[in-house]
Amino acid sequence: MIQINKLSKKYKDAEDYSVNHLDLTIEEGAVFGLLGPNGAGKTTLISMLSSLLKPTSGSFTIDGLNYREHKNELKQLIGIVPQEYALYPSLTAYENLSYFGSMYGLQGNSLKNTILEHIEILGLSKFAHKKIVNFSGGMKRRINLIASILHRPKVLFLDEPTVGVDVQSKNVIMEYLGQLNAEGTTILYTSHHLNEAEQFCTRVAIIDLGTIVCKGTPKTLIAQQEGTKNLEEVFLAQTGKALRDHA
Amino acid sequence: MHKLWASTYKEFLLLVRDFGGLAILFLMPLLLVITITLVQNDTFKTLKETKIPILLVDNDQGEVSKNIQENLKNSPLFEVQIQSSEGSVKELVQTGKYQLGIVIPENLSKDLNLKVAENVEGILEKFGEEEESIPLVKSKLKPKEIKLYFDPATQFAFRNSIKSGIDQMVSKIETQTIYKAFQEELTDDPSEDIFDTEPFLLFKEIVPSDGKKEIIPNSTQHNIPAWTLFAIFFIILPLSINMVKEKNQGTFVRLRTHPVAYATFLGGKTVVFLGVALVQFALMLLVGIYLFPWIGLPKLDVSGKLPLLFFVAFFAGLAAVGLGLLLGTIAKTQEQSAPFGATFVVILAALGGVWVPVFAMPKFMQVLSNISPMNWGLKAFYDVFLRNVGITELLPEIALLFLFFVVTMVISVVYNERKNAV
Repeated sequence: MIQINKLSKKYKDAEDYSVNHLDLTIEEGAVFGLLGPNGAGKTTLISMLSSLLKPTSGSFTIDGLNYREHKNELKQLIGIVPQEYALYPSLTAYENLSYFGSMYGLQGNSLKNTILEHIEILGLSKFAHKKIVNFSGGMKRRINLIASILHRPKVLFLDEPTVGVDVQSKNVIMEYLGQLNAEGTTILYTSHHLNEAEQFCTRVAIIDLGTIVCKGTPKTLIAQQEGTKNLEEVFLAQTGKALRDHA
Repeated sequence: MHKLWASTYKEFLLLVRDFGGLAILFLMPLLLVITITLVQNDTFKTLKETKIPILLVDNDQGEVSKNIQENLKNSPLFEVQIQSSEGSVKELVQTGKYQLGIVIPENLSKDLNLKVAENVEGILEKFGEEEESIPLVKSKLKPKEIKLYFDPATQFAFRNSIKSGIDQMVSKIETQTIYKAFQEELTDDPSEDIFDTEPFLLFKEIVPSDGKKEIIPNSTQHNIPAWTLFAIFFIILPLSINMVKEKNQGTFVRLRTHPVAYATFLGGKTVVFLGVALVQFALMLLVGIYLFPWIGLPKLDVSGKLPLLFFVAFFAGLAAVGLGLLLGTIAKTQEQSAPFGATFVVILAALGGVWVPVFAMPKFMQVLSNISPMNWGLKAFYDVFLRNVGITELLPEIALLFLFFVVTMVISVVYNERKNAV
């Protein structure tokens, strides 16, 4: 579904590559976890795949479409759940979703029904016509997710979709993502919650300093790394214990 | 089209949900135009109705100084307060307690009479003499100085207008003294009128009206177009801030992942903010028509001009929106867009002739003013308000305003494409 070839990104004035000649294939229907410490290049990679950042070199295709030649078709094909809420605080949940849905070309009853359906599944029916500014972090996260899937994308990019949410909201979000995947959506997901990734992902890749240091199913990676019992231990073994603060 | 409509609706909702912002957007321009017109109208009244207290030192104590005093007292401009010394006048004016002090020199009456008598006698003596035998007689009397003390804070234009008024008065007294001297020489009966001393040259102020209805411009007629335009252009501030906010809250980034053109995004903002500009304009007109007469200001006359006025406001609004969109596209933070936007509008207004008429500017600035969209808008508004022109005469300015909008839009789209090209 996603084919990445020697993809690189070096920011202006940066000494090193944020993503360094990265090769990766993500199969259709996968839930692919992209794990790595802060500054490893996860968000940069997702930003390039979702047309927000121009790669320095390399290329990628999604569902066979090259990003350079099929920019708009590609945008219709993907959904992006950004790390920040990216919603209009003074608009209601319904108004936000209606606007973002319209920008995907949805309209009329089809748009209305899709919004109401998703809002109900994610437990927000009571709050559909309340302003986002009054929502809790968990509620905003759920609306943030719905805004990205109204057009039923084939591929969904999630940049830390459960950061800062309560256990209940996290549970609803993860269950719904599982349902979307079961319906055929390929998911590329980044997170610092390694337990969550271990349970949720069919395959994971650990990325550090812009390159992939290991990839495989969570079980395989745990088995391959001597003396590790879970993904977190594999992660530390691969990326080290040094702090990765950066500015 | 559906995406444009959705963008427009979203902009509309964002605007109406920000009640404070909306109030500022509509009330501040109204406050601005009311304040400016009141201030300018009161300045006009000051010169016409309200008397300015002035100080007078009469070191002459003669006929001429009495005449000056009488003239000043009878003048609608001044309220005269007599002082005994020049020193106290100097101090009171310098400290700003009075705007003007007049010091009449010693022996003004005596010397003026002597000078005039000398000249009159000289002229009369020369009647009948051969031209070659007329010797040039030079008076030994030195010219007299009437000193005018002005408060240093007094504005140049006001100072000039006072100086000109006093100059006129003194000239009149001098002329009357000359007539009187002639009369004394030519007749024994001082009550006999042998000269008509009334002014022969008069002024009539006419505003050409091209055969249509006569136009009588007043401070409202001048202020509403100028300050309305200023207010319309101030829309670039909320508009650019709105765009920067979208960048900062992540919604613009999200939108960039959607299959929607940047022009559509800008289109939604254009429709809504153009609507705001037109509502602002309508409110300004309503204030001019209904509120101004109620608070003692001249009424705004829009009879028969409304369609053309809204036609100009529409294109002026478009130009302002275009500028706001460009600023919002380029600015990264509110700290960039707000001060730049505010200052830039003031510069455009200054260049456009909102404060100082373009004809009164230095040549170089007059050339520069031609590139200010506010200048084009102001010309078009004055054409409608004060010159009663038709749509054809407005087309050059309208074309420039529209072109300005198109150019700013194109630059915004190209800039965004280059900045965010993938």
